[in-house]
Amino acid sequence: MNDWVDHCDLLIVGAGPAGLSAAQAAAEAGVAAVVLDDNPRPGGQVWRHGPGFAPPRPARPLLSTLARPPLRYLPGTRIVDAPEPGVLLVEDEQRGWLLRYRQLILCCGARELLLPFPGWTLPGVTGVGALQALVKGGMPLRGERVVVAGSGPLLLASAATARQAGATVVGMFEQAPLSQVRRFALNLWRWPGKAAQAAALARRGYRPGAWVVEALGTDALQAVRVQTNGRVRTLVCDRLACAFGLVANTELASMLGCQLSAGTVAVGAGQRTSVEGVYAAGECTGVGGNELARVEGRIAGLTATGRHAEAAALAGRHRRWQAFARQLQASFELNPAIAQLARPDTLLCRCEDVSVAEVAGHTGWAQAKLHTRCGMGACQGRVCGTAARALFGWGPGNPRAPLVPARVATLGVYGTGGTGDD
Amino acid sequence: MTTQAIVIGAGIVGAACAAALAQRGAKVLVLDDGRGGATGAGMGHLVAMDDNPAELALTHYSLGLWQGLRAQLPERCAYRGCGTLWLAADEQEMALAMGKQALLAEQGVASEALGTQRLAQLEPMLRAGLAGALKVPGDAIVYAPAAAAWLLQQAAGVTLRPATVQAVQGRQVTLQGGERLAADIVVLANGFGAKALLPALALRPKKGHLLITDRYPGRVSHQLVELGYAASAHHSEGTSVAFNVQARPTGQLLVGSSRQFDTLETRVEPAVLARMLARAVAYLPALAGLNAIRAWTGFRAATPDGLPMLGEHPEQPGLWLALGHEGLGVTTAPGSAQLLCALMFGNAPLIDARPYAPGRFAEGQAA
Ligand SMILES: Cc1cc2nc3c(=O)[nH]c(=O)nc-3n(C[C@H](O)[C@H](O)[C@H](O)COP(=O)(O)OP(=O)(O)OC[C@H]3O[C@@H](n4cnc5c(N)ncnc54)[C@H](O)[C@@H]3O)c2cc1C
Ligand SMILES: Cc1cc2nc3c(=O)[nH]c(=O)nc-3n(C[C@H](O)[C@H](O)[C@H](O)COP(=O)(O)OP(=O)(O)OC[C@H]3O[C@@H](n4cnc5c(N)ncnc54)[C@H](O)[C@@H]3O)c2cc1C
Repeated sequence: MNDWVDHCDLLIVGAGPAGLSAAQAAAEAGVAAVVLDDNPRPGGQVWRHGPGFAPPRPARPLLSTLARPPLRYLPGTRIVDAPEPGVLLVEDEQRGWLLRYRQLILCCGARELLLPFPGWTLPGVTGVGALQALVKGGMPLRGERVVVAGSGPLLLASAATARQAGATVVGMFEQAPLSQVRRFALNLWRWPGKAAQAAALARRGYRPGAWVVEALGTDALQAVRVQTNGRVRTLVCDRLACAFGLVANTELASMLGCQLSAGTVAVGAGQRTSVEGVYAAGECTGVGGNELARVEGRIAGLTATGRHAEAAALAGRHRRWQAFARQLQASFELNPAIAQLARPDTLLCRCEDVSVAEVAGHTGWAQAKLHTRCGMGACQGRVCGTAARALFGWGPGNPRAPLVPARVATLGVYGTGGTGDD
Repeated sequence: MTTQAIVIGAGIVGAACAAALAQRGAKVLVLDDGRGGATGAGMGHLVAMDDNPAELALTHYSLGLWQGLRAQLPERCAYRGCGTLWLAADEQEMALAMGKQALLAEQGVASEALGTQRLAQLEPMLRAGLAGALKVPGDAIVYAPAAAAWLLQQAAGVTLRPATVQAVQGRQVTLQGGERLAADIVVLANGFGAKALLPALALRPKKGHLLITDRYPGRVSHQLVELGYAASAHHSEGTSVAFNVQARPTGQLLVGSSRQFDTLETRVEPAVLARMLARAVAYLPALAGLNAIRAWTGFRAATPDGLPMLGEHPEQPGLWLALGHEGLGVTTAPGSAQLLCALMFGNAPLIDARPYAPGRFAEGQAA
């Protein structure tokens, strides 16, 4: 092996619940797997931890897998390109190199769906999970008034984290109507460990059928205007955490040529994608919470290491959590009114300062990009492209190298001796 | 009576032709199906090129026309008169620079030779020890997709219709779906897309890669091109790369360029990209540590001699060609459009039109 090329039998992308479960299955089989994640710490979104925030108990055995040889863990490592089948171009803070694999399990998770509304780019406005991440990263919230809004059970988790960090949660607004949220809560007993969520959903201050129509402030957030039952009122606050659920991260899968379906990576038996030797598990195949992600990760890990019977034995558990995922999706379906919140001058693309009106006149994403520069900034359209998909129904473009912003030097690696044979 | 014209293609060349026709009072229907072409992929460097007298005549003429438009161009067209620095790595290349200066001067294009130190002062990000550069202050940059859209919007009497052209025959145009249109003048300006309509045309695709960085304002201020660029641009086989970097008004660095023949595969090719970047890093060492955010490819429509085809189709009266602009179509679009209109309306063009006559590639020679 030289500096430019590294090999492994099994590469697992993502160290969230799905990736860690796949890694555990691989470790049991003694397979030399590599787990790669662009975050500096393992745990993915739900088990994100940091100073003062230890990882939750159920996460610990899975996290400890990462320290078990022959498994290798590459934190803070980004995937830049898939230059040829079986090879990824990657970089960390120091260097770029080629990583060859025989089998690949994609556990890329999901990201938040941010939709534009007046004031959404003001300092003090973040995503719902993003606020959690900031807190776990050490951001103090003591004494701050926080509004949590948007959609999905993540609102509750985020509000709990904010309270834990000393904030006062002055409002929790769920866009889904009360009837749907109630039906969701009444069904939760069917899944182990979810009953507590039902209690939280019934908590005072949690208001379904309500959403933030505008964030107010000049240089930073000062208040929000909230619509409930057709009436709008103003609520003073220091922070707003707002997101409308999650969308699967499919860029890498799509670059590898894996088929997508309804915005998620399409998988069949054993979590196989349409590409030979490539599996996908967890929220990149559909949003459904960490329990579903864990089952799928384990199934993928077992299948990739040839333990098909053990994988098949998990079918019942898998189906149960898939039913939960369906329930989740149906209950928190987006109200079409949410897509109408932006005013013509509301920014859609905050990297390039492009308004919703500028983009709306175009016939598709590629055209809008070309003429308005929206999506051309450093976030590579991750935010505005996803929003445009929700607002205008435009499909995403084909991902190209660099998959994420990467050093020019890394893109030069492919030519420097790291190619072909090694 | 008003002239009725159809222009096929709303890239920079079609847009310039439509605007020029409208200026002469014609009613213009522009047809484009939005598939896109070189205009959306290119670099938008407006540059005086001197590989042969005809190329210099057309680029110089066009640069003057761009300068005339400059005051009207809205900010989204991102026109900047940044000038070009043609970089000389050593004394031998510096001699080439001096030769270039003499050629440009013959056509009235001003330029200035810079020594090692002056170059280092102007562009400190460049590697130390370059012999010098030739500065061409009249060169500029523009964001071509916005300029093309603006040219169509500002012209009176121009209608843009989304439609796919399936066939052309003289003054007749057939759209996908079978609808037929006719006009006094039909201009074929759909870039490499013309090859599908008139397969005998001497056009080949020349693929190019480009890459853009995140914003790093103030690092580079001119368009930087190695003097060896022209040599790379004229290879007719194989893959070549040359150093060519543009400072976007956003502070991003747009990095080129590569040339490959006879592929229509749109994929970014890692090996070609890597070669191109290695070349760029050789000139701008600190570029290695900057973040790239996007890479893409585009296709230049190339003729055998590198000059565009401007004029009436030799066998199809009423069908006018504005094709084959290779790697210079953004620069040459306004000049091409004026020249073509002069020929259409029987006026004397301001530059000699013969080097661009479509009939110059006799049948069979269209290799
Ligand atoms: C911001 C956010 C916060 C959340 N908070 C909670 C919560 O508090 N409670 C809860 O129950 N659920 C939460 N969720 C839902 C959560 O996503 C799932 O419950 C669960 O974490 C899904 O597990 P996963 O393994 O599929 O994906 P994830 O946990 O999302 O893990 C995917 C991992 O892969 C990495 N990755 C992705 N693509 C690449 C790539 N190309 N290269 C390198 N690394 C890559 C990511 O950085 C991430 O670490 C949150 C979701 C988000 C988006
Ligand atoms: C990588 C690269 C870098 C470049 N850099 C520069 C530079 O720095 N400076 C410079 O001056 N030039 C540069 N160029 C060249 C320049 O971009 C082109 O010469 C110029 O854009 C050609 O414009 P066009 O209008 O002829 O064709 P195109 O831009 O290709 O436009 C053709 C149009 O026709 C439409 N079309 C095609 N077929 C049909 C059909 N059948 N029916 C309907 N519509 C159709 C397409 O949708 C498209 O809009 C570069 C090119 C590339 C690829």
